[in-house]
Amino acid sequence: MTAAASTDIVTGSINRGWAARIAARTGGGALRIFLIVVALVWLIPTFGLLIESLRDPAQYANGGWWDAITHPAQLTFSNYSALLKTSAITGSFWNTVEITVPATILVVLIGAAAGYAFAWLEFPGRDALFLVVIGLLVVPIQIALIPVVKLYSALGISGSILSVVIFHVAFGLPFAIFLLRNYFSGIPRDLMEAARMDGATEGRIFFRIVLPLGLPAIASLAIFQFLWVWNDLLVALIFTDSSSQPLTVALASQTRQFGSSIDVLAPGAFLSLIVPLAVFMFFQRFFVEGVMAGSVK
Amino acid sequence: MARIALSHVGKVYEDGTRAVADLNIEVEDGEFLVFVGPSGCGKTAALRMVAGLETITEGDVRIGDKLVNNVPPRDRDVAMVFQSYALYPHLTVRDNIGFGLQLRKMPKAEVRRRVEDAARTLGLSEYLDRKPRNLSGGQRQRVAMGRAIVRQPQAFLMDEPLSNLDAKLRVQMRAEIGKLQRDLGVTTVYVTHDQVEAMTLGHRVAVIRKGVLQQIAPPQELYDRPTNLFVAGFIGSPAMNFLSATVLRDDNDQYTLEMGAETLVLPPSVPVARPALAGYVDKPIVVGIRPEDIEDASIAGRQPGRTLPARAELVEPLGSDLMVHLSMDLPQASGHEDIAELAEETGEGGVAIADERAVVVARFSPRSQVKVGDPVQITVATEQIHLFDATTGSAVWDA
Ligand SMILES: Nc1ncnc2c1ncn2[C@@H]1O[C@H](COP(=O)(O)OP(=O)(O)OP(=O)(O)O)[C@@H](O)[C@H]1O
Ligand SMILES: [Mg+2]
Repeated sequence: MTAAASTDIVTGSINRGWAARIAARTGGGALRIFLIVVALVWLIPTFGLLIESLRDPAQYANGGWWDAITHPAQLTFSNYSALLKTSAITGSFWNTVEITVPATILVVLIGAAAGYAFAWLEFPGRDALFLVVIGLLVVPIQIALIPVVKLYSALGISGSILSVVIFHVAFGLPFAIFLLRNYFSGIPRDLMEAARMDGATEGRIFFRIVLPLGLPAIASLAIFQFLWVWNDLLVALIFTDSSSQPLTVALASQTRQFGSSIDVLAPGAFLSLIVPLAVFMFFQRFFVEGVMAGSVK
Repeated sequence: MARIALSHVGKVYEDGTRAVADLNIEVEDGEFLVFVGPSGCGKTAALRMVAGLETITEGDVRIGDKLVNNVPPRDRDVAMVFQSYALYPHLTVRDNIGFGLQLRKMPKAEVRRRVEDAARTLGLSEYLDRKPRNLSGGQRQRVAMGRAIVRQPQAFLMDEPLSNLDAKLRVQMRAEIGKLQRDLGVTTVYVTHDQVEAMTLGHRVAVIRKGVLQQIAPPQELYDRPTNLFVAGFIGSPAMNFLSATVLRDDNDQYTLEMGAETLVLPPSVPVARPALAGYVDKPIVVGIRPEDIEDASIAGRQPGRTLPARAELVEPLGSDLMVHLSMDLPQASGHEDIAELAEETGEGGVAIADERAVVVARFSPRSQVKVGDPVQITVATEQIHLFDATTGSAVWDA
């Protein structure tokens, strides 16, 4: 046992990531500078977008957003209030929420249940079925668009929010199942058996053991799925109509109508960016390391 | 509490591996039964069939009077302690111990009371709100025990529960498990490959080899009357010495073992206890002598018919004893497959010596003055000798 513990420590130091190794060698300085540069490259345009969304459109011709830093008087909430008065935009914002929330929750729930079944239940054809799921991973969305459009009109649900949700769930599931099945199968078998001995049914094992232990993977999945659906334009463009279109589609159509319309696009884009950011902040606390620690041995 | 009965139980895995064959064991109510045997002999497989974690391919398992072959683990009312402990990492000690009770919809106050009682018994009261990762190995082991005892099950099943602990803690926990089982009186099946655990804990010990039960008996009986070469060699450390001999009988019914140029005279009690020995006259036999039955003749006294010449090849002073590896000009009983397997299993082939001399391990008194390379006379406690059929390996007892 002591031998095993010491090898863990040894491999632990050998297998450290390249980032940690660079950090160790340069005393963290170079790495820190690199990270700051990357962060600036990403954040400056975002910051610019924020400022732009707060500037009076009349000033746009007089210079870039950075002028607002020296002339804070240019700043105003008028763009936002104008935007929130545009019913096309507010309506599409709620459409986005109505599409994204169920499409995320359903993918996580179904993916987790299926992942558990593929990882831990024995049923005939399990491995063959899992191969099919992996096969579905490589099917590109574009191939399915036309047949699904036909299918939806045959079913009479074209243009509805439901149709977009179903499409996102269907295309989110293969990856969700794949990810969660692999994560769940890393949970030690002894834990499942201990729970079984303790009197747990499969359902209890799923809710009381697998879901809590799978939280890091489930949180990553939820974030990815949420971002994907929230930012989706292609699927929404094809399956929604004017009453069900999400924010991405609504904003895209604004450009076409007005030519330059930064006063609408900037606050709209910022509005659409805020929600995923909040979701990310909320879920990131589940990325805890070493959830399994102390369980076996 | 209940008895557990296995009748004609067998396990064949899907790939055709046979792990257990025709196992017939009755564990009495309140008994502490230990399964012991070399690695891969099927101990875990047998235990898991009782637990319900493994399907029973042949035979019947009964817990109490109920046939449980098709009963899922949760309805068998037995608790298991895993070698890995298998604690729920996301739950506190309190919830780990209480998990089974919560699942059974026991009232909260009752769960709390039982968990706290169990924690007190196991010395875990201070740690109830910790997560497993913040416990030491010994404390984790106790939590695993606690999870089993709070449920007050029909039986405890334990699969090498101490093998992840260091030597000192293992001894301590071994004593605690023994005491706990005595206090609670719960029927227990305990799997180990450590014969000290088997001997100290078990009311009875079942020795298993390649899925087949060899002998089931109280520890002392297992030691004194092993049923075959395998059990004789497996139980006891250092292992029993095996020598080849021919049985001779003279006109006065005096039995002698002829080993090469040397002979051992058997006291009358040996053939009296073994009526079957008469059938071996002038035939080969395997002689088993435990290390503690061999003493330096300068201490035990030189006795005709019991003293043999040897040479000390290795001397290990243990303080209380002197472990001496001797080479003797005798034929070693190395031909039998059981002996070959045992030597592999225990890693105790003795010291390899170039010529064909027998290697014998003896436990001398620390008063012995023997030095490496010295010729030494040894005296054998011939009344303690073990005799086995040279072909079947079975102990020679009744006709
Ligand atoms: N799932 C399985 N499929 C096929 N063979 C298996 C399986 N599980 C165990 N075995 C085999 O069954 C035999 C008995 O295994 P078991 O785990 O019961 O041994 P054991 O006596 O507990 O050994 P140890 O002391 O090493 O734990 C071994 O030969 C093992 O390789
Ligand atoms: Mg085992």
